[in-house]
Amino acid sequence: MSTFEQEMKKGNFVCSECQKCNKLVWPPNDFCNTCFGKVRWRPVSKLATVVEFSRKENTVFCVAEFEKTIRVMGSLESLSGQIKVGEKIKLVKCEFNGKERFIFQIAGS
Amino acid sequence: MKNVAISGFGITKFTRDDLPIESLMASAVKSLFVNTPNLVQKDVDAILTATSDSSKYLSSITAELTGITPKISHNVESLCNSGANCAISAFAYIASGLADVALVVGAERFDSPGLILEWDKSRGQFRHPIYWSSIFTKSHMRRYGTTKEDLAIVSAKNHKNALANPYAYFEKEFSINDIMRSKNLTEDIRLLDCSYPCSGSAAILLTSEDVTKRFTDCPIWITGIGQRTVSASFTKNHDFTAIQSTREAANDAYKMSSKESSEIDVAEVHDAFSICEIIEVEDLGFAIKGNGSKYVREMYDTQNRRINPRGGLLGSGHPLGATGIAQIIEIVQQLRGEAKKRQVEGADVGLVQNMSAAATSSTVLIMQS
Repeated sequence: MSTFEQEMKKGNFVCSECQKCNKLVWPPNDFCNTCFGKVRWRPVSKLATVVEFSRKENTVFCVAEFEKTIRVMGSLESLSGQIKVGEKIKLVKCEFNGKERFIFQIAGS
Repeated sequence: MKNVAISGFGITKFTRDDLPIESLMASAVKSLFVNTPNLVQKDVDAILTATSDSSKYLSSITAELTGITPKISHNVESLCNSGANCAISAFAYIASGLADVALVVGAERFDSPGLILEWDKSRGQFRHPIYWSSIFTKSHMRRYGTTKEDLAIVSAKNHKNALANPYAYFEKEFSINDIMRSKNLTEDIRLLDCSYPCSGSAAILLTSEDVTKRFTDCPIWITGIGQRTVSASFTKNHDFTAIQSTREAANDAYKMSSKESSEIDVAEVHDAFSICEIIEVEDLGFAIKGNGSKYVREMYDTQNRRINPRGGLLGSGHPLGATGIAQIIEIVQQLRGEAKKRQVEGADVGLVQNMSAAATSSTVLIMQS
């Protein structure tokens, strides 16, 4: 299992960051895809922005962007009203069980 | 660089039959030999297969089943654009002089392991293709006012075109209402906005200008090629209202063939979902950005078959590795004037756009008679 998957399994969303050129390496990997330098693993900000969203039955799924770089698809839960593109959301849970899973709520809720 | 022609083809009907993939490939190759009377097995320098099914060493197996002992044989795998990419690999062997005659055969079974992409971490739990297509659909609707009816028109048009394609999976016309009332898969797409996995195979013969005359009097020349892969992760598509990989591949193909989008008479484009055709006609330069749905609606209203005359993926079915090659076969038939009820009158220049991995990779070919 990769470092990324091990951390996700523990509930930590981490990303690789190059020790040499400081770029975030996403999707995560053991070396930088710009300069091939070594990476360190660091937590990703919990805050994200909705880039786009849709619904399947009662599940709202969205493309969320962290730190203006990392984009993932996740589910948006505990919604009380309308959501908008550009809305600030927070990652409330992540896990790994064969595949990654990201769960968001509206920030401040 | 030698000129390269498509000098023959063979195809099977697309079905849900539970046949071994090597049998599908061998059937398309057999049909190619039957259609190309002067071709014998020893003429074939290279046999390249296209499929997402890597469970068998299919290029060697297909060669053996069809009595070929090639110099070059291997598989090309790149999910849904394996077919067009395989044709380009064969083109490169011939253009470089490493081969004079190359056989390209693509196939897939309805239960292909390539249907759901398992690597892309950025998709989280939403790995089925309906999720990425919903995101593109929603973005295009939001920015350009594209409607659910616009999506249904793409599907209605392509299913209607497929009625004249004897190899298509679907043999049924669907009204705009039928499509709009088909099962909601997400808020934005319905079942009949999606292409259908099926079993099928398609083969083409590529030949160098030196030997082409031996096999056909009506060669179709590949004059433009563009390929672009922007990522392997769906979420790295910067803008979900456009397909960057297609735009860049098309620019390269137009440049290589010294053609412009306005000179394309007929095109097969990768309508894996209804929204794809709307965005592709924009990014290939056939319609102004944002006008893709209007362009498709006009084709539907006037029964113009310029885009996806064989019925596209929506009408023909989508056996992944076979799709790009089936698209090429349609353009060959169109440019030879042999497309019967599907014929676009006076077609001299054709285009194929084949795409994979949630629009992150595209291949464009331009062909001329």
